[in-house]
Amino acid sequence: MSRIETVFGRLAQSGRKALIPFITAGDPDPEFTVPMLHAMVDAGADILELGVPFSDPMADGPVIQRASERALAHRVSLRQVLRMVAEFRRGDDTTPIVLMGYLNPIECMGYGAFAEAAKEAGVDGVLTVDLPPEEAEDEMLPLLYGAGIDPVFLLAPTSTPERIEKADRLGRGYLYYVSLKGVTGAGHLDIEEVTRKVAGIQALAELPVGVGFGVKDPETAARMAGLADAVVVGSALVRKIEEHAGDACRAREEITALLAAMRRAMDEEVTLA
Amino acid sequence: MATAPEQLENYRYPDERGHFGRYGGIFVAETLMYPLEELDQAYRTYLQDPAFLDELDRDLKDYVGRPSPLYYAERWSRELGGAQIWLKREDLNHTGAHKVNNTIGQALLARRMGKKRVIAETGAGQHGVATATVAARLGLECVVYMGEVDVERQKLNVYRMSLLGAEVRPVSSGSKTLKDALNEALRDWVTHVDDTFYIIGTVAGPHPYPAMVRDFQSVIGREAKQQILEQAGRLPDALVACVGGGSNAIGLFYPFLEHEQVALYGVEAAGLGIETGKHSAPLCAGRPGVLHGNRTYLMEDDDGQIIETHSISAGLDYPGVGPEHAWLKDSGRAQYVNITDDEALEAFHSLTRIEGIMPALESSHALAYAMQLAPRMDRDQIMIVNVSGRGDKDIHTVAEREGLKL
Ligand SMILES: Cc1ncc(COP(=O)(O)O)c(C=O)c1O
Repeated sequence: MSRIETVFGRLAQSGRKALIPFITAGDPDPEFTVPMLHAMVDAGADILELGVPFSDPMADGPVIQRASERALAHRVSLRQVLRMVAEFRRGDDTTPIVLMGYLNPIECMGYGAFAEAAKEAGVDGVLTVDLPPEEAEDEMLPLLYGAGIDPVFLLAPTSTPERIEKADRLGRGYLYYVSLKGVTGAGHLDIEEVTRKVAGIQALAELPVGVGFGVKDPETAARMAGLADAVVVGSALVRKIEEHAGDACRAREEITALLAAMRRAMDEEVTLA
Repeated sequence: MATAPEQLENYRYPDERGHFGRYGGIFVAETLMYPLEELDQAYRTYLQDPAFLDELDRDLKDYVGRPSPLYYAERWSRELGGAQIWLKREDLNHTGAHKVNNTIGQALLARRMGKKRVIAETGAGQHGVATATVAARLGLECVVYMGEVDVERQKLNVYRMSLLGAEVRPVSSGSKTLKDALNEALRDWVTHVDDTFYIIGTVAGPHPYPAMVRDFQSVIGREAKQQILEQAGRLPDALVACVGGGSNAIGLFYPFLEHEQVALYGVEAAGLGIETGKHSAPLCAGRPGVLHGNRTYLMEDDDGQIIETHSISAGLDYPGVGPEHAWLKDSGRAQYVNITDDEALEAFHSLTRIEGIMPALESSHALAYAMQLAPRMDRDQIMIVNVSGRGDKDIHTVAEREGLKL
C-alpha cells in the first residue's frame, strides 16, 4: 500500500479528515523548506504538498507566483526539490509528499528519469497542474505507476461526470477538487456550491476527495472537513512566508500556529457531526 | 459567397485533440478544460455556418479592406538581382497588420457565444489594438494584459487602446513581457469563464486556438494563391514570412501546404545573434517543451524554466512558437531560418527607399531573408513575402537606432 493510501485508511478508521498544507520548495530560501516540512507534520499535517517552482505558473494567483519567483531567485530546480524530499525522508519515513507543479521542468528532465529520481527521493505523488489525464495517459502515467508514484488529478466546478470518472480511474491517492473558478489564493469560495459539487464527485469517484483553493482560516477548513476527505491549504501559509521573509523563525511559528488551529477546528467539526 | 476554411486533401492537422504530430494538444489546468471544450464546439459549429461566414467575409471586405493587394516589387527585385518578389500587403489592413483578420473572427465568435467581455494579451500592442478595435465596434467590454516592460516600450499603442475604450492592465509578474501577459490573461479567463472570451493573438495556446487562429489567418494565403495565379499565371516557388507566434506565416503557408513544389521559409528573430543567446528563435535554437497549453519548441534553461528573449521587434519577442510550425519543421515541409536585428533594420530601410513601403520591424525580418534568398534564385522564379504590418509603430525604435530623438 502506498503511503497516501495508508494515511487515508488510518484517518477513515478514526473518522478524521486529512490536512494537506502546501508550500513552495525553496521559498523564501532553500534552507527554510525541510525544517518547515517537519514542523508542519508536528502541527498536524497528514500529507505534504511541495510546490516545484516554475517561471510561468499560469494557474496560480499572485501569492504563489511570488513564492515561485523567490525560489527561482535562488535557482531552485526540480533536481534540488528532489534532494529536499530525500533529506526530509531521512527524518520522516511515513508522511506522504506530493510534488505539485507544472509539466515543463519534468518534460525537460525526461519522464523516465523523473519517475526514477522521484521514487529514489521518496516522493509519493505528483500533481502536474497543466497535465490533464488525456495528455498523461500514454506516456507519463505508465512510468509513474511503474515507479509506485500516485498521479493526483485536479477536478474543477466545470468538470463533467465523464471527466470525473476518468480522473478517478487514472488517478491514484486522492482527487483534488479546485473549489472555485479561479487561480490559487482567490477569495470567493461558495460553501453551498462546494458542498453540492463534492457530493457529486464522491458519488462517482472511489478515490478520496480533497478540497483546495480558497481555504484560508480554521473556520473554512472545518467546513470543508465536514464535507470532503481532505483539506488543502496553500496561499494562506505562503502568505506568512512572504510577510516574514526576513525572519524564518517567525514565519515557521505563524504557519504551525495556523495549521494547528485548522487541525483542531477540523477534528472538532467531525466529532460534532 | 461565404468561404469556409479549406480542407486540404493530404494534410489533416491537427487531430481531434489538437495534436500536430507530437506537438500541440491541451496542456492546461482542469479549470480550463470546459471553456476550451465549449470554444471548440462553437468554433466547429460556426465555421460551417453560412450566416457566420458571410458576416466574417463582409467584415473582412468592408471593415478591414480585404482583399489586400499582392504587389510586384519590380524595382526591389531588379535591385536584388534574382527572383521576382511579390509582396502580400497585410500592412494595408485596417489597424496596420494581419492581426485584425483573427480578432474579427474571434470577436464575431464571442458575440455568437453570448460573451459580453473579451480579453487579450499583447506584446508590441498590435494584437491589443486589433482586439480593442473590434471590441469597440461590437460594443464588447475589453481588457488587455500587457507586461510592464512592454507598457513602457510601447506607450503609443497603450494610449491607442485606451482611446478605443479598452482597459490596459500592466502585468508585473515574471519577466513582465508577453509570455507573462499571456499567463495573466489565462488567469483572468479561468476566473471569468462564464461571460468572457479570450482572444489569443497568435497560433499558440491550447487547442483549438492554434487551429482556429490559423483558419482565420489563412485568408492571407487563400487570396495570395488566387492573386498570383491571376497576375503571374502560376504558383510561386517560395513563400517567406516572419515567425513570432507564427500566425501571419501559417496564414500565408496553409493554403499552399499541399503544393510540395512551393518552398516555405519561416523567419525567426536572431536578435543580437543566435550565438549570443539574446534572440527569439525557438525553432532554430530551442528545444521541445510545454508552455501556455501546448507542446512546441521553446527557449528554456537546463532546469526547464522559460528564459527571456530578445528582438528589436516586440512582436517577435516570444519564447515559444505555434505547434504547427514545430510540426512543419520536424516534417521538413517548411524551413526555419533567422535574421538579426541589424539585418532586419537594413531591410526596413531598403524597402522604404526603393519601393516607398515602410514595413513593420517584424515583417522586415521576412524581407531581410528575401534579400538573401532572391539573388540565389532565377529571374523567372517567383517569391511571395508577407508584409505582415506597417512600420509606423516602429519609427521611434528606428530613429533611436540612428541616434535621433523624435
Ligand atoms: C506586424 C506584425 N508581424 C508579425 C507579428 C508576429 O506575430 P505572428 O508570428 O503571430 O504573425 C506581429 C506581432 O505583434 C506583428 O505585429
